[in-house]
Amino acid sequence: MSSEGERSGTGGDGGQWVAAGDGKFGRYGGQYVPEALMPAIEELTDAYERYVLNNEDGFMDEFRRRIREFGGRPTPLQRADRLSERYDTEVYLKREDLLHGGAHKLNNALGQVLLAKYMGKERIIAETGAGQHGTATAMAAAHLDMPCEVYMGERDINRQRPNVFRMKINGSEVTQVTTGRGTLKEAISETMRDWATNVEDTHYVIGSVVGPHPFPKMVRDFQAVISEEAREQAIERTGDLPDSVVACAGGGSNTMGAFHEFVGDGSVDLFAVEAGGSSLAVDEEEGVAPNSASLSTGSEGVLHGARTKLLQDHDGQIVESHSVSSGLDYAGVGPELAYLVDEGRVTPVNVDDDAAIEGFHRLSQEEGIIPALESAHALAYLHEHHEELGDVTVVNVSGRGDKDLESVIEETTRRDVPNAPDMSMFEGGL
Amino acid sequence: MAEDRRGDAGDDRSAGDPVADAFADGPAFVPYLAVGDPDYESSLAYVEALAEGGADVIELGLPFSEPIAEGPTIQNAVARALEAGMTPTRFFEFVEELDVDVPLVCMTYYNLIYQYGNEQGPRPFVEKAASAGISGFVVPDLPAEEAGPLREACDEFGLHLISIVAPTTDEGRLEKLVEVSSGYVYVQARLGVTGASSSVSDRTGESLARLSDVDLPKAVGFGISSGEQAATIVEAGADGIIVGSALVDIVAEGHEGGEPTEAVADRLEATARELKRGALDGYGRRTPAPEGTSD
Repeated sequence: MSSEGERSGTGGDGGQWVAAGDGKFGRYGGQYVPEALMPAIEELTDAYERYVLNNEDGFMDEFRRRIREFGGRPTPLQRADRLSERYDTEVYLKREDLLHGGAHKLNNALGQVLLAKYMGKERIIAETGAGQHGTATAMAAAHLDMPCEVYMGERDINRQRPNVFRMKINGSEVTQVTTGRGTLKEAISETMRDWATNVEDTHYVIGSVVGPHPFPKMVRDFQAVISEEAREQAIERTGDLPDSVVACAGGGSNTMGAFHEFVGDGSVDLFAVEAGGSSLAVDEEEGVAPNSASLSTGSEGVLHGARTKLLQDHDGQIVESHSVSSGLDYAGVGPELAYLVDEGRVTPVNVDDDAAIEGFHRLSQEEGIIPALESAHALAYLHEHHEELGDVTVVNVSGRGDKDLESVIEETTRRDVPNAPDMSMFEGGL
Repeated sequence: MAEDRRGDAGDDRSAGDPVADAFADGPAFVPYLAVGDPDYESSLAYVEALAEGGADVIELGLPFSEPIAEGPTIQNAVARALEAGMTPTRFFEFVEELDVDVPLVCMTYYNLIYQYGNEQGPRPFVEKAASAGISGFVVPDLPAEEAGPLREACDEFGLHLISIVAPTTDEGRLEKLVEVSSGYVYVQARLGVTGASSSVSDRTGESLARLSDVDLPKAVGFGISSGEQAATIVEAGADGIIVGSALVDIVAEGHEGGEPTEAVADRLEATARELKRGALDGYGRRTPAPEGTSD
């Protein structure tokens, strides 16, 4: 369904030449970056074609070996017994929380750090919101012996301290970004500035299916292993394709990863669950959207290298997004998702902060899985709309929630969450 | 001096193109300020002071919330201007109100150009800019690959699209850039983001040499903060110098120190004079003399 109809995937193609294309998904995508970066982007596009699409020098074989041995793939597709009983439907969880590092992010980080190594780059930089991508990149960089610097917003550093520690423990430098509201948007801008300064020896590991071409396609290809496995596992378990796949969407990397191999399966409904935050409205006067629902409520524009759907005001100034989950707190979304939504292939939906917190507690109590707050959005959507999802649903549990415990204590104690345990002993933090 | 490559298009841009004229008699001094920093009225006075101080072209920054090519000095200026209420509509009012006699170039990011007016695409913005008195655009996040629609709108309304050439730009890319460029070429003196620096990159000479066959004036920017640096760069062959952060610093200091607008404007004018004089000195130092002989 992508504009070029290619289905390159993560398999390599046995030497058959596959081109990266022009980076456009219908009206979306492109390469809106400073000229200084364009030669590096041309070099990366060439490397993406050679190594990822055409498996030159056995790159994809090495990636597959490392993501299996170091990463712990394949991750299970687990039947969620109590949720299945509760909703009177078959619920399967794709357990990306069990991947090394605790989130799907390692698929992409390992792929890109390895690619940087094949390209002869000497330094890795990355941005991070919730810290999961930063952690995955720090781990991949340590694993492959590359120096790494991660940019993270001040506000996110305060919300996600465990991941800051993990990055440092793995030997990465964590640089605090204090501009704007100190979240993912500012961290991306600051990482692009570093890249523009050090572009000759540095690779920027973008953490989602966003940014200039070839990043949206390349990151999708590294993440497509999620749906490749889930599709096979679902057929093996149930004898058929699922009726629906549900995944949360911030930038959209776990979403595209969970959807990619199902896009051609017309019988499978694809739901991208965005952060509805506290409201879907945008306050143009204040330059604030109390949500991160750019697929549901955004409009077309150009940010961080791509034309896509954005949260912006009438003039085109980017507004500040909000979500209880740092990992979804971004004003843009991947251009391919924007395209698939326009084409009617992906349905954008959203749940609010309250429902996400409830979803977090529900999965923790009923299935013994503590989900990331990002994934809790997908589980909250399942809870609210299970009757519309068909008989068999796959929910992508994109990450585990250990990193979110401080946020969950704070957010649970300041609102009335019906299914939460008594958190009073944790007031004041962990 | 180089003629506007689009000057033979048969339109009224050929004769009396103010941007081409600005580079016609010796080195051009091209200052930049973020419009609306720290407020609308002061900003008017500051831009007029730069014209008084000898500016040949002025780059007016229309603030965008995500200025990915800017260092901290201009990021902060943009934040102050947005905080004080600068918008594309106010920007055009500003341009119309300005009392200066030099060509004005709008420097901004593509999303603001793309969103203006009721239809998406660059045309409404370019049409408005032309009627307000803008002569051209610098758009840092628009490489040649994505510049087609804006180039087309610029051609329709007789405006220039000024491309940035980076130290990493090779011969192949240079061809693509020249294809969409007019007015002058903005030669980025070093890698990285905008910001004043204490030394001039030795990559400037390399970049200028690479551009020697390009039939457009070459204005060098990124890191220039003193008359001596301006002289060095012009001596190395630049047709102009672009100075942003060093001037924005003066605005920031004045704002933080609570200085009256006139005092800050006076310092901007004095600094503009120093930079312009530096450029002229550098031109004089070229050997052999630039008149009539090629160096």
